[in-house]
Amino acid sequence: MSQDVLRVDGLHVQVGELELLTDVDLTVQRGERVGLIGESGSGKSLTALSIMGLLPEALEPRGSITVTGEGGRHTQVVGAAERDLAAMRGRDVTMVFQEPMTALNPTMRVGDQVAEVMRIHRTVPDRRAAAARAVELLDKVGLPDPAEAARAYPHQLSGGQRQRVVVAIALANDPALLICDEPTTALDVTVQALVLDLVVRGVEARDAGMLFITHDLAVVASVCERVLVMYGGRVVEAGAVHDVFTRPRHRYTRGLIGASDLDLTREDGRLYTIQGSVPSAGRFPAGCVFRNRCTHATTLCEGLPPWDGAGPEDGFACHHPVVVKP
Amino acid sequence: MLLRVAERTVILLVSIAVSSLLVFGFMVLLPGDPARVALGVNANDELVAQLRHEYGLDRPVLTQYLDWIGGLVRFDLGTSYISKAQIAPQIADRLQVSLILVAASMLLALLIAIPFGTFMAVRHQKPSGLVLSAISQIGVAVPAFLAGILLITVFAVQLGWLPSGGWTPPAQDPRLFLTQLVLPTLSLGLVQGAVLTRYARSAVLDVLREDYLRTARAKGLTPMRALVGHGLRNAAVPVVTVLGLQLATLLVGAVVIERVFFIPGLGSLLLDAVGNRDLIVVQDVVMVLVVAVLVVNFLVDLLYLVIDPRLRTGAR
Amino acid sequence: MTLPSGFSRLATGLLPAGGQRSRRAVGATIAIGGTIVGLIALVGLLSLVWTPYDPGAIDPTSRLQTSSAAHWLGTDKFGRDVLSLIMAGSRTTLVVGIVAVGVAAVVGVPLGIMSAMTTRWWGEAVMRANDLLLAFPALLLAIMLTAVHGQGVVTAMVAIGIASIPSFARVVRSGAIGVMKTEYVLAARAAGRRPLAIAFRHVLPNVMSLVIVQASVSFAIAVLAEAALSYLGLGAPPGTPSWGRMLQEGQELLFVAPRLEVYPGIAIALAVLGLNLLGDGLRDRFDPRLRDRR
Repeated sequence: MSQDVLRVDGLHVQVGELELLTDVDLTVQRGERVGLIGESGSGKSLTALSIMGLLPEALEPRGSITVTGEGGRHTQVVGAAERDLAAMRGRDVTMVFQEPMTALNPTMRVGDQVAEVMRIHRTVPDRRAAAARAVELLDKVGLPDPAEAARAYPHQLSGGQRQRVVVAIALANDPALLICDEPTTALDVTVQALVLDLVVRGVEARDAGMLFITHDLAVVASVCERVLVMYGGRVVEAGAVHDVFTRPRHRYTRGLIGASDLDLTREDGRLYTIQGSVPSAGRFPAGCVFRNRCTHATTLCEGLPPWDGAGPEDGFACHHPVVVKP
Repeated sequence: MLLRVAERTVILLVSIAVSSLLVFGFMVLLPGDPARVALGVNANDELVAQLRHEYGLDRPVLTQYLDWIGGLVRFDLGTSYISKAQIAPQIADRLQVSLILVAASMLLALLIAIPFGTFMAVRHQKPSGLVLSAISQIGVAVPAFLAGILLITVFAVQLGWLPSGGWTPPAQDPRLFLTQLVLPTLSLGLVQGAVLTRYARSAVLDVLREDYLRTARAKGLTPMRALVGHGLRNAAVPVVTVLGLQLATLLVGAVVIERVFFIPGLGSLLLDAVGNRDLIVVQDVVMVLVVAVLVVNFLVDLLYLVIDPRLRTGAR
Repeated sequence: MTLPSGFSRLATGLLPAGGQRSRRAVGATIAIGGTIVGLIALVGLLSLVWTPYDPGAIDPTSRLQTSSAAHWLGTDKFGRDVLSLIMAGSRTTLVVGIVAVGVAAVVGVPLGIMSAMTTRWWGEAVMRANDLLLAFPALLLAIMLTAVHGQGVVTAMVAIGIASIPSFARVVRSGAIGVMKTEYVLAARAAGRRPLAIAFRHVLPNVMSLVIVQASVSFAIAVLAEAALSYLGLGAPPGTPSWGRMLQEGQELLFVAPRLEVYPGIAIALAVLGLNLLGDGLRDRFDPRLRDRR
């Protein structure tokens, strides 16, 4: 418990009548790297925004989200005042978003944008220290000629370089928790591995917790220790990466694993896919959210499947899980 | 960067040249004989021919044009057909007056547009934003001279707080100058402010949707600080664009306002000349107005280069 | 050669959008704008056959009366019925607007389409000249024309029309360029269809929505310009009823009868408001981005 940097309990997010996130529990401890996987529309990005307290006004969150930073500073995100959230963001928890090309202010020098996050939270004594540290950080993220880069404007950098800058900003104040939302999806394949490596090393160096959100199972497998699977605004399965990927229990997870394995084929020689498509936000079926696409669904699935597991870090919610024969 | 400035300067000069062609062409090549118009339809043909000769209208068109251009460059704008006085000094005097009026109005417009536009954007789907939006719609629909007349009705006629017109040089009587400046500036500034507010609102709304604003929030900036620190400079670009073009409208609006408030500016010079059929004055004043607009747009372009670094290297 | 970027930028669509309007809000805007404009048009048509009094009827015995049963809006300094003047004035406003917009569209639309479809040098050249003309406010052009020709409604209409050409040309050109890139036009060109045929069958129908929106905007500008011109004594001559002229005639009596300024003022503002709302609403309605949203 004292090692938790993030504790989410019973998070519900609703907009008007629609439920976008239901009963989401997750924890991340110091030094832990936790993956959050699911397709678009599963609610994973929304979870990240909820943790940051950056939900659009129309969305109402309920439940508990506790972020614990340096020196045991706790912030209860749900219902917190903007002032407290602003103190938390960029300091205790930071985020790397998906789209590097538009993430930086085009009219501000890169070095200033890195220095800014330190000046906001006064983690350096003055402007000059911030500027110097900014150059150091740009060097650490692998930008060639960091002093030159600091004076450059974003449009003078490539996508991969811009994402490195974003990572530098995210790590500048040694956060307790780093959230990454598809940080490499928009990058060239050759650059993806480099940026991933950067993120992981950065997190390790600070013994920070990381929540890594993606739809790419291969990345999660290489980077994370634990993983949660989301669908329809709910967590449907959780566990150690190795376990979940080799012995998935929830039918959806099974489908995901199968679908991403291009060597695996069914009896008829076709690749595995999950039939149907993801329903639009808030319009998932009652009971088991996956039942309208599941080949094993029965009338039992009209009732909500209970969580079967030791805790939120390890378990699944399915009436007809995959049974592994001993 | 220097290259861009040089580029813009060349464009300015070429534009002035082309505009002079357009203005000259418009005035001179249209059917209608200024001499006959000046003397009256039934005038003696000989007299008309004599006047044409006096005005230099019987020379080849090209000569007339070159003469005029030559004069412009030397700031010699010829002599009035009617008063026979030098035009350039008159224009210089009047220009000062018009510039003060236009500058004050533009300043007021900006002071209104930036805060209100930002407010409306931030509250764009809430009642307060919508109410302001409706008010700005009405503001846009009211012509400046109508606003002037209504303002006179309220503040000069009903309340008697301010004079209903006139102009005193600031050096002569600063207090009177200021009180006389209030209503004309309000008329032009409020209406122009309404127009600019709508652009400002749109610009800020666009910025609010940008990713880098989300990054700014994620760094720990409160919404207001994020908007001010990151948003405004980016929102300035489309607003500055409009500023330049709106200046032409403002200058012309000032022409009419000068009539409403009896202000001796460039506008009244123009209108008097039109009434007197003093075509050379008309031509000159229009050219001065056009050059003023072009110069302001040139300055605006330079301002862009300062605001948006992407334009400096030509990258987009 | 490029002209000051300000011109091009503004014309290519930095006009204030309504933000994210719901379909209902857009519909309401069009409805309100359309109703106002429609009412004015009706009044104008009505005034052709009937007005409470002859707008030109001078009656010195009834000068400067306030609202009464006989004269709903009172009378002016010549004893003319204000309501009749307002009704008749709407005709001038409408006629000037229609002719000016007509002239601008008839010249500007083909100009824009041609310049978009041609690859020759004059396509660009035309657009640069267009940009320059774009900076010329309608009022200035009208003043210049009046100086040469003397005052008159026709002069005003022609001048405002000419000044409105560049807006149409530019808007149509952007739209046409977009259409030229579509697959069905490419197919038509590959099939050897003549440019004129392509212009009529494909380009024109697809830019129509842009033209309609621009017509609304230009109409509003025309109304303002005509009012200003008449106020300055450069537009409608004394015999022709005009809201702008009413403003000018009433100004000397501001201390005595301010209502004489208020009525025509409201008429002008209402007309422009209606046209603006209509234009904004139509623009949002035709915006392809909004169309896809349910």
